[in-house]
Amino acid sequence: MFRTALRNVLAHKARLMMTALAVLLGVAFVSGTLIFSDSVGSAFRNRMTKSLADVAVSVDSTDGSGKGGKSALDARLADRIRALPGVSSLRASVDGTTIVADKHGNAIGNAWGSLGANYAPGPDGKDSRYPLKEGHAPANSREVALDTKTARHAGAGIGDTVRLATDGPVLTKKLVGIVTTDDPRVTSGGSLALFDTATAQRLFLTPGHFTELVVSAKPGADQARLTRQVQDVLPKEGAEARGGAELAAEQSRAIDAETRAIANTLLVFAGIALFVGIFIIANTFTMLIAQRTRELALLRAVGASRRQVTRSVLVEAGVLGLVASVAGLVLGLGIAVGLRSFLNITGAELPDGPLVVSPGAVLSSLAVGVAVTVLAAWLPSRKAAKIAPVEALSTVDQAPSVRSLRVRNAIGILLTALGVLTMLYVATLKDSGGLVPAMAGSALTMAGVIVLAPLLSRPMVSLAGRVSTRLFGVTGKLAKENALRNPRRTAATASALMIGLTLITGLTVAGTSANEGMDKIAGQDLTADYAVSMATFGGLSPDVAKKVAGTPGVAAAVPIRSVGFQIKGAPALMTGTDVSAIAEVTHLTFTSGSAEGLGSGGVAVSETTAKAHGWKVGDRAELDFYEGGKEHPRIRGIYADNDVVDDAVASTRLASRHISPAKDDKVLIKAAPGRAEGLDKDIKAALGGNPAIKVQDRAQLRREDAGEIDTILNMMYGLLGMAVVIAVVGVVNTLAMSVFERTREIGMLRAIGLARSGVKQMVRLESVVISLFGAALGIGLGIFLAWSSGHLLRSSFPQYSMTVPWDRIGLFVLIAIVVGVLAAVWPARRAARLNTLEAISAQ
Amino acid sequence: MSHPAAYRASHTAYATATAAASATHLSKVYGQGETRVVALDSVSVTFRKAEFTAIMGPSGSGKSTLMHCMAGLDSVSSGSARIGDVELSALKDKHLTQLRRDKVGFIFQAFNLLPTLNAAENITLPMDIAGTKPDPDWLRHVIDTVGLSGRMSHRPAQLSGGQQQRVACARALASRPEIVFADEPTGNLDSRSGAEILSFLRDSVRELGQTIVMVTHDPVAASYADRVIYLADGRIVDELLRPTAEDVLDRMPRPAGHPR
Ligand SMILES: Nc1ncnc2c1ncn2[C@@H]1O[C@H](COP(=O)(O)OP(=O)(O)OP(=O)(O)O)[C@@H](O)[C@H]1O
Ligand SMILES: [Mg+2]
Repeated sequence: MFRTALRNVLAHKARLMMTALAVLLGVAFVSGTLIFSDSVGSAFRNRMTKSLADVAVSVDSTDGSGKGGKSALDARLADRIRALPGVSSLRASVDGTTIVADKHGNAIGNAWGSLGANYAPGPDGKDSRYPLKEGHAPANSREVALDTKTARHAGAGIGDTVRLATDGPVLTKKLVGIVTTDDPRVTSGGSLALFDTATAQRLFLTPGHFTELVVSAKPGADQARLTRQVQDVLPKEGAEARGGAELAAEQSRAIDAETRAIANTLLVFAGIALFVGIFIIANTFTMLIAQRTRELALLRAVGASRRQVTRSVLVEAGVLGLVASVAGLVLGLGIAVGLRSFLNITGAELPDGPLVVSPGAVLSSLAVGVAVTVLAAWLPSRKAAKIAPVEALSTVDQAPSVRSLRVRNAIGILLTALGVLTMLYVATLKDSGGLVPAMAGSALTMAGVIVLAPLLSRPMVSLAGRVSTRLFGVTGKLAKENALRNPRRTAATASALMIGLTLITGLTVAGTSANEGMDKIAGQDLTADYAVSMATFGGLSPDVAKKVAGTPGVAAAVPIRSVGFQIKGAPALMTGTDVSAIAEVTHLTFTSGSAEGLGSGGVAVSETTAKAHGWKVGDRAELDFYEGGKEHPRIRGIYADNDVVDDAVASTRLASRHISPAKDDKVLIKAAPGRAEGLDKDIKAALGGNPAIKVQDRAQLRREDAGEIDTILNMMYGLLGMAVVIAVVGVVNTLAMSVFERTREIGMLRAIGLARSGVKQMVRLESVVISLFGAALGIGLGIFLAWSSGHLLRSSFPQYSMTVPWDRIGLFVLIAIVVGVLAAVWPARRAARLNTLEAISAQ
Repeated sequence: MSHPAAYRASHTAYATATAAASATHLSKVYGQGETRVVALDSVSVTFRKAEFTAIMGPSGSGKSTLMHCMAGLDSVSSGSARIGDVELSALKDKHLTQLRRDKVGFIFQAFNLLPTLNAAENITLPMDIAGTKPDPDWLRHVIDTVGLSGRMSHRPAQLSGGQQQRVACARALASRPEIVFADEPTGNLDSRSGAEILSFLRDSVRELGQTIVMVTHDPVAASYADRVIYLADGRIVDELLRPTAEDVLDRMPRPAGHPR
């Protein structure tokens, strides 16, 4: 049986090529993901092990961070630990956020990876974390060292002046050393600045204090005992000691969890790609069996049982699946390598390390490939078993099976109806509690449409055919007729394309709508022209608002600071601001009362808050601040909910009583009439070109959120791209089958005068018609699903309302046409190259 | 005129004005070396306008090859093939295709029709491909003549084999080609359906002035023709005018080794 199957696979090499390609791509995606995540995980683990190699005990400070703060780790504690038996050396480090400026005064790298630290020389005079490449370590408060990448971005060499900022004003220091580092915060898009210990302490804490003490043990010392000893000398609070082994295990778990999370996300998309492949495999086996009807009937006539026939088909599928999966595995290796280099080019700086090909990854990739192929061939194999032995005797040319679609249509209508009803129900819901029904409804609707696709193909393909006939005449008509000839196959091919496009359209509509919603938030309430804020997470010193206010061209500079409090246990936020100028930067619409009186100790509250607590103008609010302290200010006004300010608004003075240190979250700026253009440069200059301070205009503020959604959307496009590619392979496959089956027809058409170009056009149009059918289904379904699920955001994101990005949708349709044309290139060329004479006499 | 040399002499006497198609020293060689097959060996023949010619000969004698070369479906190795006064060997594929579309009609033994098109659409297919409008009177006339007026909206699968061949005949004639080539058009039909097709072809020559060249193995079929040409081993070995079935049978070249 196996030999027959193998021979069949070999005999149909050309016809199985596209099917194998579909399986191959799916398996490559799976194995690539597995190998990539295994390799990266192991590389991260290796690096971590290396960096923890000589860490016996690590002591972290658990409080008191920030300039002027005091940690529990002071020099005295360090000395006590150093004196413990078994300790060979101790590295005391202090770090915090430091933003380095590039040539234009802009921050280098992302804020959360902008690291500043002390250069803590060990017994050998070097800091093992930061090997020096050039120059020497910073030795006084005027010197700084940078890592290679930061120095390059800053355009600075040894001896040059570097501008940087922690949380205060700009600092200028001389670059004296260039180091390398494998700190993941820095390598994954951050920056690094190193100071001498005293300077670092002054910048990030208080002189004499540290954020971390790392203990190395003498050879032979017991780590667990040493840890206990260190724990004994620690103060009761504010410090925590952990053994190196424990630390390693913890980090290892974190790395595992992270890589597994990434792998699982990728595997979802690989699963979608494989699912799409199923349609192609099923198409191919259906065709092969239809072509082999007589042969299979003969097998039955000479005594093969139904089961044997089924099994022979399944074994054939298994062989194909295995061969394709092995090839897919090889490609997967390539993908894993390529993905790493690609991500490194885009700045991910993944650690180097050998490719880890675990037996688990290999086996599961192969198993998935074979299982999917066999599964997809299962239905066709049942059809093969149903072939009656007498069909061996029939001499008529086997017409494609015209089994009734009635049962299938009934099931399809049922599924679709259920799905659509569920989604209509979902559309009446208001919050994410409807997520499960939404997912179930989407799956049902998609499944229903897939089952119904053959029924839908007739009207939809006819419609497309009418256009193609009008435009291209007889070739357009023949293309339409060919696409209609085998509705199941056309439907399966289109469905494969539909799946990818449904998801892509749905996500695009949701993403665009969310962006619009955010735009509304950003645009609706904000009337400021610019916003100044800190690139790091600290607040702005109050000086900033003053300096900005003094800049020519600035009409108003309104500081905004938020403080948390409770109203009878319910958490809320108060905005402390310049109440006389707040109207310049936002539309604060009072439904009762006014902003008057806020300057003299009153508050205004939002409508929602007022309603929640039954407050009216004139009442006294009971505010219970987190930092301690209560206030009972009189309520002077109630305003319509506003996205620029929080639940309550009060004067800076009132709010600042409960904030320490007193800092602004941001300063909103209104330009003097006609001065908005280019004012950001002046503001920046007024602030001394501090790289830690961001000056954003309205468009940038908006883009901050939009950019995130666009990034996610682009990532989704990339991941779903594989599903679309496989669907395109399916279109190629279908066309190749169609050309193969119609060899004689094509020969006849050529004989009676259809030019080669006409044959090509016919195949191309068939391809475009099928692709457009798939696109229409996918886009329609995607919009419907996005519309109905969008309602779930109504309570958490009220500004969300569905916007269909017609330009993008138009682009998708265009892509479908292009995909159709491209998919037809090879089959059309084959069809056109057919030798007329041979085609006529073909059997 | 049974002698080939004599035949050739008489051939040159024909004025080309009366020729719908002609071959001069037409040779066709397949393969090389060991597998070299001379399918046509310097064949010269003229198919006159409004004449119904049958080509006969044993299997492998080159009948189909001659027809394919004359119809521009196959290239020639040497010599010339003309339709009207167009030299086929000078034409590239594109122009050959156009020539077939505009000047040649085809009837094959089987599989003449596109299953997705109905009878009427199949008949007008060559004109649809050319983008020209069929002459409605002529079309009606052709359809009436093949006797299928009631079946025009049927698809091939709904027609019998004979009816399908009649649709194929109608298609071949509908665009008024200069010449119609038919390769064993009745090969798959029973004798009654075959006779219908053959009378139809003969009538279209007599009444409509159509030129037809038909390959056949059947002496009865050949007897419908005005002229029968015998091929053997790629050469024209005999010719017969206004034949009866008995004449045709009588003149059939005997297999080699059997003296006449
Ligand atoms: N494509 C080809 N390649 C090689 N040889 C060929 C090819 N086509 C035909 N021949 C050879 O050319 C010769 C003539 O073939 P042709 O098909 O013209 O014969 P025929 O008279 O039509 O025969 P039949 O009555 O069986 O149809 C035969 O010997 C055949 O083997
Ligand atoms: Mg022949």
